Amino acid sequence: MSASRSSSQVQQGDRIFSLIVQACAVLIILILVSIIAVLVIKSQDTIGRFGLDFFTKGTWDPVNEIFGALPYIYGTVVTSILALLLATPFAIGSAIFVSEYVPRRIGDIISFTVELLVAIPSVAYGVWGFLVLKDVLRTTVDPALKAVVGPIPILGGLFRGPLYGLDIFTSSVILAIMILPTILAVSREVVRQVPRLQKEGMIALGATKWEAIRIAIIPYARTGIVGGAMLGLARAIGETMAVTMTIGNASPDKLTGSLFQSTSTLASAIASQFNEAQAARTYGSAVVQLGLVLLIVSSVINLFSRFLVSRTGAKNTRS
Amino acid sequence: MAQAQPLVPQLDRTALISAEKTRYARRQLTNTIASGLMFFLTAVSVSVLFIILAYIFINGISTLFPVVDGHLTFNLDFFIKPPESNLDGTTGGGVAQAILGTIEILIVAGIIAVPLGVGAAIYLSEYGTGFLVNTLNFTIDLLAGLPSVVVGLFVLAAFIGNLALIKIFPHFAGLAGSFALIIVMVPIIARSVEQILRLVPDSLREAGLALGMPKWRVILQIVLPTVAGGITTGIMLSLARAAGETAPVLLTILGQQFISTDLLQPMDALPIRIYKYATTGQPDLIPKAWAGTMVLVIVIALFSIAVRYVTGRNRYDA
Amino acid sequence: MTLSAVPKVATHEAHATHERTAARLTVNHLSAYYGSSLAVGDVTIEFEPNKITALIGPSGCGKSTLIRCLNRMHEVIRNARAEGEVILEGENIYSPDADPVRLRRRIGMVFQKPNPFPTMSIFDNVIAGLKLNAGTHRGVDYGAIVENSLRQAALWDEVKDKLKQSGASLSGGQQQRLCIARALAVEPEVLLLDEPCSALDPIATLKIEELLQQLVEKYTLIMVTHNMQQAARCSEKTAFMLADEKRVGRLVEYSQTSEIFTRPKDKRTEDYISGRFG
Repeated sequence: MSASRSSSQVQQGDRIFSLIVQACAVLIILILVSIIAVLVIKSQDTIGRFGLDFFTKGTWDPVNEIFGALPYIYGTVVTSILALLLATPFAIGSAIFVSEYVPRRIGDIISFTVELLVAIPSVAYGVWGFLVLKDVLRTTVDPALKAVVGPIPILGGLFRGPLYGLDIFTSSVILAIMILPTILAVSREVVRQVPRLQKEGMIALGATKWEAIRIAIIPYARTGIVGGAMLGLARAIGETMAVTMTIGNASPDKLTGSLFQSTSTLASAIASQFNEAQAARTYGSAVVQLGLVLLIVSSVINLFSRFLVSRTGAKNTRS
Repeated sequence: MAQAQPLVPQLDRTALISAEKTRYARRQLTNTIASGLMFFLTAVSVSVLFIILAYIFINGISTLFPVVDGHLTFNLDFFIKPPESNLDGTTGGGVAQAILGTIEILIVAGIIAVPLGVGAAIYLSEYGTGFLVNTLNFTIDLLAGLPSVVVGLFVLAAFIGNLALIKIFPHFAGLAGSFALIIVMVPIIARSVEQILRLVPDSLREAGLALGMPKWRVILQIVLPTVAGGITTGIMLSLARAAGETAPVLLTILGQQFISTDLLQPMDALPIRIYKYATTGQPDLIPKAWAGTMVLVIVIALFSIAVRYVTGRNRYDA
Repeated sequence: MTLSAVPKVATHEAHATHERTAARLTVNHLSAYYGSSLAVGDVTIEFEPNKITALIGPSGCGKSTLIRCLNRMHEVIRNARAEGEVILEGENIYSPDADPVRLRRRIGMVFQKPNPFPTMSIFDNVIAGLKLNAGTHRGVDYGAIVENSLRQAALWDEVKDKLKQSGASLSGGQQQRLCIARALAVEPEVLLLDEPCSALDPIATLKIEELLQQLVEKYTLIMVTHNMQQAARCSEKTAFMLADEKRVGRLVEYSQTSEIFTRPKDKRTEDYISGRFG
């Protein structure tokens, strides 16, 4: 058969090509594996020396080589949760507004512009936060919060202490602005995927527009919206430059519980200390361990949020 | 209770109707308030984001187009000169070393990231089944969601300086920055190209195979050219993202103030320069930080709009 | 506020006057638009109480658009609007001071695809509409209403043990009957059915048809169907619609179902009935 020679050539070409693309796949997987491996190996020093103290002790003292990352973990948790609380109502409200209240074309324009802002780099938000927002908050919003909420027991504790402008609160506001487009984009997508008949079913029962949104649309889209918020949370946790520029990069021994305290997040501590940490083994290991903790936390939240968002999609294809 | 199965619900209609009347006004009020609230939330979201853009552009434009002696001029030095020390202690010149550094590091990163990402995308959409595909999908999701500072920290801990696992670079180096940006770019390229490849109808592949073309030729000569525009924008998207990344390059190339093209030496990048100028506390550097931010935002916005345009068009074709 | 001052005797009177009956629905010169394009042109028709009226015609003839105009659901679609009169027991629902939200409380609707709210239990699905107005009003016995509504929809025996389960857990036919129960719970005077069986298998379809024969004793039923046999089986009156050359839906013929199917007056009706097109 004359075709046999050429067909074996064909098979060889296909085999080589598929090996090449397979190699790309394997290489990418190896990159992830080596990221994890390197971070684990290079933080052995502090993992062995401090164990759980790394997470529970509040002293971060490179000179005496004592490393407790509690203020950074605290800073990460508080800034990202506060950012989420600030951003979510605005994001969901906007997502509903652009998909239910305005003509489709205007909605598209609004959300396109807002989503374009997802692409604006962290450092741009950092510049604005450092040069503009910090002073605006320090001179207006911060004193107002202190005066109004300050005297209230318990809650007032959040708004105590001197006002520097570079603190948890400023970072949280910047983070909220940064994650708003992310949450908005996902929420809008899942709200759009709610079948039209769900809303119409409610309207036909004599519901007002808001009731149809509240009773039919939001519950249906809830899982996906939560997923979008979690994606925003993951972004806030890993966000580096904007936070580095606005949180003050302090390593306080004592956490006051006030939002006006300067501290660091895991990410901002890495970005502001990596150069000094190059000089000493234990210090280096401590900074790498911050990265390892960040990797684990953000990956878990990320995967969970993707799971939630994809579950909404699955529900829609079924019905 | 005469009827065993009443056909009409036995409502106390009068009670219901009186309840309805009082409630209905409240329901309408709630509806109005909720609509107003949605509008308010949207207006605030949109205006905050526009305020930020306005700050960046107003300050950026006044730096790049200063009014000298009543004439509008263009600050070309910003683009073509590195920082220069003036006699009065201020800093003159521009950010040429940073722009050059960003371009050079991006090109080197792109040379490796593009084939790697496109190859993985081809594997996912054209070949893959089973375990390796699931692992790769999972990996790409994780890499895409990885905080970029972790990527920089990985390259630092693995390759740079005395503490490195494998000491490739004795000190911070441009090439190390490229390594970090490869890791930033690959998941973006792989995901976007994979999605675009999935838009290619199977009939096109089958047409090629029916002509007796081997699969790899079908992919390279029919499938890829069909969506070349989409692939290009996917690559541009990843370049735009990488160009704006600060943390991964800061941790690997550190930043410096002189024109340098040596990839084994510390280099500068635009986001690093913006960060340093904004935070050093020297008032004369702040306008340059704004101008740099504006340049970065414009480049990234142009890329994103191009991407939106091409992917939007592709969707209509399919 | 005035109602709380009404003496007890008057309450009984009110009770009597508010007794629900099936309503007559008169449509005068109704036209429906999507944006600037006319979809249904100048329809005049009268739907009689306690009868099933079927709207038939080939797809694209505007029958679904027309039925959606009867409870002002048409205008829920962006850019869609309607002109003309629809008179429900003497009140024009398209008059400027008419409120579509309150109107829909009196004219219930069942859609092409069953659309129970998947995040609610069967129980909550049934009272979804009722709760809007009655709220947590103490005079309302939701349990009794749910049972009665589900009995009316011939679903009670199948679901009485799983009222707390999600509405989405039911089969397609059960879901559609749940949607009917949901519409009946608010005690409408008219029930609109927009191809209620198009997503159902023949057995589920038969069940719905049997159900309609019971409901007609209490309600005005208007049903869009693409299935001529269904119209012939179920309805007392039938309206045939057809799109003209400009793709505008027009009412061609309206009379007793038996008339339409045996002695159609219009040639186009005859062509459609005999299966020559559509």
